[in-house]
Formats: sequence, C-alpha cells, structure tokens
Amino acid sequence: MKYSREVTDDQRDQWQAAYDASTLRDADFETMSGVPVEPVYGEGPFPGQFPYTRGPYASMYRSRLWTMRMFAGFGTAEDTNARFKELLRHGGTGLSTAFDMPTLMGRDSDHEWALGEVGKAGVAVDTLADMEDLFADIDLAGVSTSMTINGPAPILMAMYVAVAEKTGVERGRLAGTIQNDILKEYQAQKEYIFPPRPSVRLVTDMMRFTAEEMPRWHPVSISGYHIREAGSTAAEELAFTLANGFAYVEAAVAAGLDVDDFGPRLSFFFNSHLDFFEEIGKFRAARRIWARWMKERYGATDEKAMLCRFHTQTAGVSLTAQQPENNIARVALQALAGVLGGTQSLHTDSFDEALALPTEDAARIALRTQQIVAHETGVANVADPLGGAPYVEWMTDEMERRAEAIFAHLDELGGGSMLEGVYAGIDNGYFVGAIADSAYEFERRVNSGRRIVVGVNDFTEGSDDKVPILQIGPEVEEYQLKRLERVKGDRNQRAVDAALDAVVSDAQAPDVNLMPALIDAVRAYATEGEIVAALEGVFGTHVEAAGL
Amino acid sequence: MSRRPDCEEQRPQSKRRCRVHIDCTSPVGCPVSVETQVPVRVVLAKLGFDGHDRGLKIVARMLRDAGFEVIYLGLRQTTDSVIAAAEQEDADVIGISMLNGGHLTLGPKMVQAVRDADLDTAVVIGGIVPDDDVAILTEAGVAEILTPGASSDDVAAAIRRAAGQP
Repeated sequence: MKYSREVTDDQRDQWQAAYDASTLRDADFETMSGVPVEPVYGEGPFPGQFPYTRGPYASMYRSRLWTMRMFAGFGTAEDTNARFKELLRHGGTGLSTAFDMPTLMGRDSDHEWALGEVGKAGVAVDTLADMEDLFADIDLAGVSTSMTINGPAPILMAMYVAVAEKTGVERGRLAGTIQNDILKEYQAQKEYIFPPRPSVRLVTDMMRFTAEEMPRWHPVSISGYHIREAGSTAAEELAFTLANGFAYVEAAVAAGLDVDDFGPRLSFFFNSHLDFFEEIGKFRAARRIWARWMKERYGATDEKAMLCRFHTQTAGVSLTAQQPENNIARVALQALAGVLGGTQSLHTDSFDEALALPTEDAARIALRTQQIVAHETGVANVADPLGGAPYVEWMTDEMERRAEAIFAHLDELGGGSMLEGVYAGIDNGYFVGAIADSAYEFERRVNSGRRIVVGVNDFTEGSDDKVPILQIGPEVEEYQLKRLERVKGDRNQRAVDAALDAVVSDAQAPDVNLMPALIDAVRAYATEGEIVAALEGVFGTHVEAAGL
Repeated sequence: MSRRPDCEEQRPQSKRRCRVHIDCTSPVGCPVSVETQVPVRVVLAKLGFDGHDRGLKIVARMLRDAGFEVIYLGLRQTTDSVIAAAEQEDADVIGISMLNGGHLTLGPKMVQAVRDADLDTAVVIGGIVPDDDVAILTEAGVAEILTPGASSDDVAAAIRRAAGQP
C-alpha cells in the first residue's frame, strides 16, 4: 500500500512539474457559475505520462485548444488560392488542401475517366504550373500546409518543394503534413495506384527524405478514418490503423531509419462515430497501445516517438439524407467525443454532406459547432475529464484487448512481422473482408429495425423536406483542360523525356531515393499522369480482386 | 429446355430468355407462374475513379441473400467492361453505384452503351443522387434510382421491377 502511494505521489509531482512548465491560454479555468476547477482529476499515470492513456500533454487544452482544421478545396487552383489568402488574412496559419479525384488517382484532367470529376471534390493539379497558382503570393515559410493525397503523394510533395524553392524558400523551412498512408488505401479508401510493396517503398523514401531535408514536415498521417467509413467496427478501425503504423515503422527501420528520428513525426487520423463511450475508449486505447508498442517492441527511447497524436473527423457515413438538419446534432456529439478523447485537431462535417459537397453556410455551422464545444461547454478546462470513470476505463481496456487480438492474428500471418502481416492481410482479402462483414452486419441491424437511425427507419415525419445544395458547373473542367494543353505546349519536351527516363531508372534501383528525380521531373513540367505512367512501367498497377 | 406451351407473352427483339420459369426458353416477360422463378441476374459495378464500394458491397450481399444471382464486378469498371459482363452473364439488370457526383455524366452513358450493344438490360443507379437529378436520369432511360436510406426490401423490389418481374 505504502509503495503504491509513493508511486502515485511521484507521478503527481512529476505531472505538476510538467504542468507548471506549460504555457497556458489566457482563459478562466472555472465553470460558467464561477467555480474554479483543477487541470486534472483522479489517478495517475496523468496526462503527459507513459502510456499517455489520459492524453499526450500535461496541460492539454489549457495550453492550446485543438486545431479546428477544416478540410476544403474546390475548382481551379486559382479559386483555392483565393480561399487560402482569405483564410490567411483572417489570421489562419494552416492550409488544408483537398485534391480532385483524378489528381488523387494520379491521372491528368484529360484522362478518359476524368470527365465530370475535374475540380469537383477538390482542386485539380496536373503540373507544377497548377501548384504555382495554388500557392501564388503565399509565403510558404510562414504557413503549415496539409495535403490529403496518398497514391501519388511523392509527386505532389515534389511539386510543393519545387514551388517553394522557386519562390526562394528552402525545403528545410517548409512545415506541414502529407497523408501519404497507402496501406489503408488497399484496405478501405481504394485510391491506390501501384502494388503495396513498391508503394511502401515510396513512403519510406519520403520518410527518409523529410528526415534528412525537411525536419518540419510530417511525412505520413496514419489514417483509420477511411477504414471506419468503409464500415469497420471501432475496434477494427483502431487495430488496422495502428497495425499499419507498425508496418510503416518496420519498413522505415528496415530502410535504415532510426525509430527515435522518424517516430516523433508520425501522426494519426481517426473517425469519431456515434457511439459516444466506445469512441472515447478507442481514442484513449490508441494512445496507450501506440506508446507500449513503440517502447517495448520497437525500442523507442524518445518519449515523443511514443506519442500517438491524432486528427479527428466526425463520421461522414453517419450523416443522413433524411431530415439533414438532424446531422448538426450528430456532428456535435461526435465532436464532443473527439475532444473528450483528447484529439489534437478536429474537422466537423457539414450537415448536408449526405446530399452533396457542403454549402458555405453548412460548413460555417460545422465550424461553429466546434467553437461551441471549445468555448461554451467548459470541457476544455480539465484534461481527460472522464478518466477514472469505471465504464470509460473498462471500454478503454476492452478496445485495447480487441485490438491486441487482431494484432496477434496479423503478427501470425506475417510470421512475426507486422509489415508482412499487413501485406498478407491485403493480399488474402482479410481487411476488405472484415470491413465488408462489419458493414453488412450493421446494415442488417438497421434493416431489421434493431438499430434505429432517426429519420431513416424511425421518427420519419418530416423526412421529405428539402435543403439547398451546392452545384458545381462544368466551367472548371473546360478551363483545366485548356490549361493542361497550354502547359504541355510551352514546355521543353526533351527535358521532360530525360526527366521521366531518370524517374524510371531510379525506380528500378530500390536503394535510390526517388524524391530527387521526382523533383526534377515536376520542375520540367512533366504531368502527374506522365510520372505515374513512368512509375507504373516499373512498379506495375494494383488491381483489387472483386470479392464480397 | 424448351419453350413452355403456356408461355405466351413474347418480345421478339429481346435477346434474353424468360426469367420466370426455369425450364422455359421464351423471351423475357413470360407472365404465367412465379412458383419456379429463375433468379434475377444482376451485374453490379462501379465506374471510373470512384472508390466508395461500401454501399455496393452491401447491396450485393442483400441481393444475394434475397435469392438474386449477383455478378459483382467491383471497382474501376468501364461501360465496356460492364456491357461485356452483362452480355456474357445474360444479365437482367445492371446496377451502378455512384457517390462522387458523376451520375449525370455516367448514368446516361451507361444507358447509351446498353442501347448501342443492342441489349435490353435495365440500368439501375444507386448512390447520392439529388432529387432534381432523379427526373433527368429517369428521362435518360435509367430504370430505377436508389438513394441513401433504401432498405433491403426497397432494393430488392426496385431490381425486380427493373427486371420486369412481378
């Protein structure tokens, strides 16, 4: 008893020291009735202490609220550039870029499948010229940029570096994140290009390149969001995401990188779905599992390499087309779960997203929802306010237990390697099968009425009411096709051919980092589609077996 | 297998056989008995880049569980690959799922491809289709449109209607 008390006192003292060393926000940490509240309650390990179940930092939101990072992008590069500048004028420092579908798939705007998709769900980028427009007159040394792209991520990264250097900003000063999480593409989002193994080589090339030359850049954001949207359970989202993380760690270590060097720059991205306590348990378990595995299995010694820091987005798939205003309530509850789970940044979905891309009004309500949680509810005053509650602690343990069972399966599939286990699970259809099973099981419960979806299978009065939705015209596509043609006409074709040849020969040499050749190719105004085609010649193209 | 004497309704232009009787070679539309129904054959696919396959997979399993014959082509199909499958599998219905807003481009294109191939396979679209677009797609010849929230019964009934089954 005495021993345990000593340990606890020790933890409390260490936490207090860490808290005292933190810079706090200028805010009153009291209830709306004026009752002062402590920064944390309950037992250790406290926030900021291994295994970080209660949060990555001692002072949590008292130092800094989560980042309200709203993901957006539309139309031409010039349209999005105007939106970026507007954001910067209003004091924003983080740019978040959504690309359109052809760009995400590594194809140019004139690809036959691109018809009707150009500039629709994000900005269209074919060549460096588009990237120059996208970031025109923005000081890239003074912003942090998030780019949501995976299959062709190294090409877009190369374009970003090339744009910065053209404007006199060295690559070492660039700050930001690129999603670059290819493994979950085979499992869930399906925006893959090359087969898994060469794709993971591209990820490790980027990890090495950023480790050596871009210390302020996060080269991969390991994402469970899409796994959950595709239909997985909460435990599967947790397990598959962290397993992918372990796979990248093993790939990077095999490529000669040090876990303490790249570990601190890995970040995560989770879904916040409807079941409130299950989500909170999932977030807490994610931090605990990651810390334990990084320390115990992968030998990390730097505490920063053990921290699972994550972005959260509310569950798009939970939004209903019926009585869409109800989605505002769903999003608010999901946002609250993300915050109580200790997220570092948050995107709230707009209520009209089951119908179309969000209107500006709907997107503003989504942002306001976060601001209400942050400034009106008082939940940001106390770190991990639910920690110690029996149900929450049980749920956290249960999420961990279920995830560990999945890790054991993958570890066995891979013969002691999580990387090989994940490859095997992709090759044998384990991930897509498990996700489809869970999605179908959920749908069956909705169908049978065992699971109530308000406005859909119960409480349906008013479900036929209409809300205004966003329409995007065909002008963007016409503009972009002309622009691509003009850029191709103006460039030095011999330089393009030589640069593409260099990409091919570097791709054929597995020990060569592809980033320099890619930067040269984009500088010559080779198109994204041309570079992808060159790489496909070496790496091949991934085709998913059609299975249910 | 031969044409049943009591099967009268004929559509001579149709390439497909009667789907009502297991042992009947009459063209489609035989109205007589539903006791020995042949399962409706449905080709399911996603066209182009759109990778959202959760809904289509659920629909595939729903239909399979409801006794339909499902030919699941999966992702990254073209109108040509869908037509080839529909022809080869003698499908009654082509089901296309779209969640990227491409339905106004790809829906009519799919219907046209069916006509160009001289098939009478019905085209059904499922996904996020705004109300205003439903009329446009129906006008273009899409047989049924299924939107979010459709139950398994809704889906099965729509496919049966599209296949011309009672």
